[in-house]
Amino acid sequence: MNLLNYTLRIADSSLISAQRLSEWCSKGPTLEEDIALSNISLDLFGQANGFLEYASEIDGSKSADDFAFKRNEREFYNLKITEQENGHFGDTIARLFFCSAFNFLFYTELSKSKDETLSALAAKSLKEVKYHLKHSKSWMIRLGDGTEESKLKIQESLNSIWQFTGEFFEMDKIDIEISDSGIGVNNTSLKEEWNKIVNDTLDQAKLTRPEDMYMQTGSKKGLHTECLGHLLSEMQYLPRAYPDAKW
Amino acid sequence: MKEQQFQEKIDLEKKIEPKDWMPVDYRKHLIRQISQHAHSEIIGMQPEGNWISRAPSLRAKMILLAKVQDEAGHGLYLYSACETLGISREELVEQLQDGKAKYSSIFNYPTLSWADMGAVGWLVDGAAIVNQVSLQRTSYGPYSRGMVKICKEESFHQRQGYEIMADMANGTPQQKEMAQDALNRFWWPSIMMFGPQDSDSPRTGNAMKWKIKRQFNDELRQKFIDQTVGQAEVIGLTIPDPDLKWNEEKGHYDFGEMDWDEFWSVVNGNGPCNIQRLEHHKKAHSDGKWVREAAKDYSKKQKSTETN
Amino acid sequence: MSENTDVWEVFIQSKNGLAHKHVGNVHATDKEMALQNARDLYTRRNEGSCIWVVKSEYIVSSESEDGEAFFDPSNDKIYRHPTFYKMPEGSKNI
Repeated sequence: MNLLNYTLRIADSSLISAQRLSEWCSKGPTLEEDIALSNISLDLFGQANGFLEYASEIDGSKSADDFAFKRNEREFYNLKITEQENGHFGDTIARLFFCSAFNFLFYTELSKSKDETLSALAAKSLKEVKYHLKHSKSWMIRLGDGTEESKLKIQESLNSIWQFTGEFFEMDKIDIEISDSGIGVNNTSLKEEWNKIVNDTLDQAKLTRPEDMYMQTGSKKGLHTECLGHLLSEMQYLPRAYPDAKW
Repeated sequence: MKEQQFQEKIDLEKKIEPKDWMPVDYRKHLIRQISQHAHSEIIGMQPEGNWISRAPSLRAKMILLAKVQDEAGHGLYLYSACETLGISREELVEQLQDGKAKYSSIFNYPTLSWADMGAVGWLVDGAAIVNQVSLQRTSYGPYSRGMVKICKEESFHQRQGYEIMADMANGTPQQKEMAQDALNRFWWPSIMMFGPQDSDSPRTGNAMKWKIKRQFNDELRQKFIDQTVGQAEVIGLTIPDPDLKWNEEKGHYDFGEMDWDEFWSVVNGNGPCNIQRLEHHKKAHSDGKWVREAAKDYSKKQKSTETN
Repeated sequence: MSENTDVWEVFIQSKNGLAHKHVGNVHATDKEMALQNARDLYTRRNEGSCIWVVKSEYIVSSESEDGEAFFDPSNDKIYRHPTFYKMPEGSKNI
């Protein structure tokens, strides 16, 4: 049961990030970047699909699609940062950068998991998130060291999303148990490296690290921001409106 | 003299390359046609993009996103071909936003149900592919190479659309109804994608002589109809044309009269989504301005530190 | 047109050991962006193992009017091709 929950946490963060990024399609600042964001979104949907398939295997009755399209808000365990609205391009880049830096460290560790499926999924995901980190980092630097306007905008994006970065490193009972058994990752141990990546990038981008503040929490218990409900009602509309249909 | 050599080259099926001499009108015709084609790919992202967030399964979502992404890619290949004729992408985009350049009218119709993703893939991409296959042999090298690449990548687009249609046609009664409704709405606009009948096509001019176009509108349309009728039968849907009948003598299907008043009205800006599609494009472009400016300024700063 | 972005030509090596081949261009303001854009646009279907990007302005092309002067003179130098030479009957591995 705990392994199922643990797997869903990973899957849900990928799924919700992917769904958000896919909203950029046809709205990118350049056509090239439109394609880039779609690519990242496709990677993340692929990751979500992999982890949900595993969840389905553990669960034994629900399919990956059932998990994605038939659960309610309180049954989703994605990190709150992933469900935040896209905002402008800088908001999206800030979110993507923080998440990718975390994912990079997280999958590096998870790829050593004793659970073979998780470690294989992590190894595949790791290659992808390395690129996401590279891509989002180069945009952080361009926007931070671009025009006065872009500097101001991306700094504001950082400041407002900062409150959601604390959740990356939380450990609840399930995390501790799964991590102690050699299957899961000790999130707290990733913080130092994450700080290094962030500080180094912010330096290059000539941006200021936001002051530590109240950090959002709750997603591990299925408690979310108001953004998630809207995202789900759109994403889940068809399977819920036509429960007998096969797609 | 030059014009004669140019024509001889074309007649020998040799490709014209960017640095070769070409008649002013050849260049103009190409810019108009290729940019229109590029704009169609880009505006065409919107009607399908409209359903990415609501695709009903993970598989469907990934396929649709990859497909719409391909369209952006194909738009880029075509802009790139167009740029070899001495016009910048920025100018081309400006012409689109000013309404000076057109795009395919089919994208001015709304996508109202998930079945429309099936209809668009099956019919709209199907029609586009018939046209693009023919254009692989166009006389301008960069355009022809672009078409070859696009055709290769697009082969999955029509199949994914037909698969959606087939699944829906064989699904619940509600799904079948949606599928038939989508076919009803997209059939006529799709066959009008091949443009006016050749007898009243204003722009054909030298396009055939110069081998920019390789086949007549009516020929391509007939080909599309002939191959699509059977596909509709296989999945049990009815094409909304009471005059559609196999003509043994001609070896082709006869079909009913197209509503050219509607066609021209949509071409001239009065379709259900004309305004919406352009507004969407303009908004994305203006929302992205600060990002493009930042990237430019950043690169200038890098250059000045490199030279110091 | 103050908005024009630099254009970069893209060359892809499809497999280790093969030559890079021209595939098209991308727009980008810096080299990192040019590489990433090329990766996203031209290697979506597993087409690449290495990418080169070169600013289009640095590509020098021969002029098509010069075609005859450039390339015809090599037409009659058939002695550059191995088939030009007569080998004695029975000789092998040469």
